[in-house]
Amino acid sequence: MEKFRTLVSNVLPLDRVNVDTDQIIPKQFLKRIERTGYGDFLFFDWRQDAGFELNNPRYKGAQILVAARNFGCGSSREHAAWALSDYGFRCVIAPTFADIFHSNAGKNGILLITLPEEQVQTLLDRAAKSDNYKLTVSLEENTVRDDQGFSTSFSIDPFRRYCLLEGLDDIGLTLRHADALDQFEKKHDAEFWVAPHAEETTHA
Amino acid sequence: MAENPKTLFEKVWESHLVAEPANEPALLYIDLHLIHEVTSPQAFDGLRLTGRKVRRPDRSVATVDHNVPTTPNRQIIEDPIAAKQIDTLRKNCAEFGITLYDVQSPQQGIVHVIGPELGLTKPGQTIVCGDSHTSTHGALGALAFGIGTSEVEHVMATQCLPQSKPKTFRISVEGELPDGVTAKDVVLGIIGRIGTDGATGHVIEYAGSAIRSLSMEGRMTICNMSIEAGARAGMIAPDETTFAWLKGRPFAPQGAAWDKAVSEWRKLSTDPGARFDRELVIPAIELEPFVTWGTNPGLVASITGQVPDPATAQSDADRRSWTRALEYMDLKPGTPIDQIAIDRVFIGSCTNSRIEDLRAAAKVVAGHHVHPNVRAMVVPGSQLVKAQAEKEGLDAIFRDAGFEWREPGCSMCLGMNPDILQPGERCASTSNRNFEGRQGRGGRTHLVSPMMAAAAAVKGHFTDVRTWEFKKAEVMA
Repeated sequence: MEKFRTLVSNVLPLDRVNVDTDQIIPKQFLKRIERTGYGDFLFFDWRQDAGFELNNPRYKGAQILVAARNFGCGSSREHAAWALSDYGFRCVIAPTFADIFHSNAGKNGILLITLPEEQVQTLLDRAAKSDNYKLTVSLEENTVRDDQGFSTSFSIDPFRRYCLLEGLDDIGLTLRHADALDQFEKKHDAEFWVAPHAEETTHA
Repeated sequence: MAENPKTLFEKVWESHLVAEPANEPALLYIDLHLIHEVTSPQAFDGLRLTGRKVRRPDRSVATVDHNVPTTPNRQIIEDPIAAKQIDTLRKNCAEFGITLYDVQSPQQGIVHVIGPELGLTKPGQTIVCGDSHTSTHGALGALAFGIGTSEVEHVMATQCLPQSKPKTFRISVEGELPDGVTAKDVVLGIIGRIGTDGATGHVIEYAGSAIRSLSMEGRMTICNMSIEAGARAGMIAPDETTFAWLKGRPFAPQGAAWDKAVSEWRKLSTDPGARFDRELVIPAIELEPFVTWGTNPGLVASITGQVPDPATAQSDADRRSWTRALEYMDLKPGTPIDQIAIDRVFIGSCTNSRIEDLRAAAKVVAGHHVHPNVRAMVVPGSQLVKAQAEKEGLDAIFRDAGFEWREPGCSMCLGMNPDILQPGERCASTSNRNFEGRQGRGGRTHLVSPMMAAAAAVKGHFTDVRTWEFKKAEVMA
């Protein structure tokens, strides 16, 4: 996973609440078995509308997406994170995010920044109105800045921050606890009442 | 009162902690990993790339549901991309030693229907699946939640997941549910009140006398839609209803093991005095048959209500969102809900495709006929549900009334298979999501209970099932 340190980029404003993962990547693209190549299908249905923000040349190359509350709600499809990442987005700023999307984004090196609604509205307005509007996001400093005087710090779960900064693989981190896992599993396997199969449930 | 009173969630959480490293998420052990064709291929690829194995194939179970056609003779799938995805799951399950309930299996079905009905799902378990509706299994008192594909790979490799501890939210529905108000209406009523992000970051425990009185099927409907309120999971404490339902299922414990298991499961209920981060009490009497009018499951109205005016929305953002939703749904503010005409009816999905759902719909349909302007289908959640329904003659009731009687799968809930809406078609659906394009690009979805869907199929528009003329009540038996 690519390390996330500092990002300077123009900004795609998406002033909509409850952007669900069905919109981010519609179901017909979920039949593929690959992990890459979803960028072309990002917001596929909405892109059919010429006025949709992603079709506006002024936002071309944006790596930062700013959206209204509850971004990423609905289906657990990680394809939504893959599509955003594949298209080139590395950071999404919104007042709130849905839980599963939050987790999926982190695992793909996408930084999600939660800011208060008024601040997000300021960013949405400025991105829509100012030509070549850019934000500087620093994960090392936990800050978001523009060149019109906007500057704020954000809070983020320290472990999530560490993994993004270092580009770490989760499975490797879990395997540091291999001994604890072996011990737990040995004891836990005897608790047949929470095991899936009957064959483990006959030795009481 | 217990000395250190705990919630149902806390008990399950604490009994699955493998490690609690400082300044990191806890490491949670996973009892049951459910797998389907759509969210697993990249995870299996990841294992191959890193030379890892599935740590516990015996705690993993797979089925095909999202992509499978629901027509007979479906061994050959015409869509080559879907066929390849299903074939990939077959190869992966064979390579990694995972049980697969394939399309011709008598136990095949929607993953969230077959887990409980086979008795794989049990009270007190932790369950994950690369599918947000995994919350369904919480109806048995399990902690069950949806995960992404990276996490699927993580669970395959380690049987654990790093998880930050969610907050707790108890929603109590108190009193007797009025006639015609079903589990689906309870959960639509809840989401309508708290919104689609109303429970983000929380595990909901559903409690109260109205929840206790529900069957397991009803409880699964409610827990299923927890994710539509943004919740990490939904849970209901196991009780006599749970134990009676689970007993004798293929993978349930038997004999002395059953008695021991029940004694363990009884300990799971939330202790008196346990603290929740949030609480909400809803009087059952305030609930009605609901119909969604917009493009998220929080936009609901009573069957006796009207399409709302965006001018009455609480914020600018909501006003814009409602306006956009009405445009997409082609609805005008002030339209009575029971005057909205429909083209399609879908009875099925992991929310409402279990035997009780089909019985309820059949009771409404019996002796009536589907409206000439409507195409209606019933898609049982599993082969076992289908077989049971056919044993009870429900298929004949649906067929006689003009419904299509289909093979099990996710079908028109998400349109990843041939069952989709055409652009502009309006559907009364017992599924869980009314997002734009969810059932097919340009399709318009209204979420309702099975009884409400059945009644709409007959009338050609939404209608209040509380005033329904039941013709052959004996099919309820």
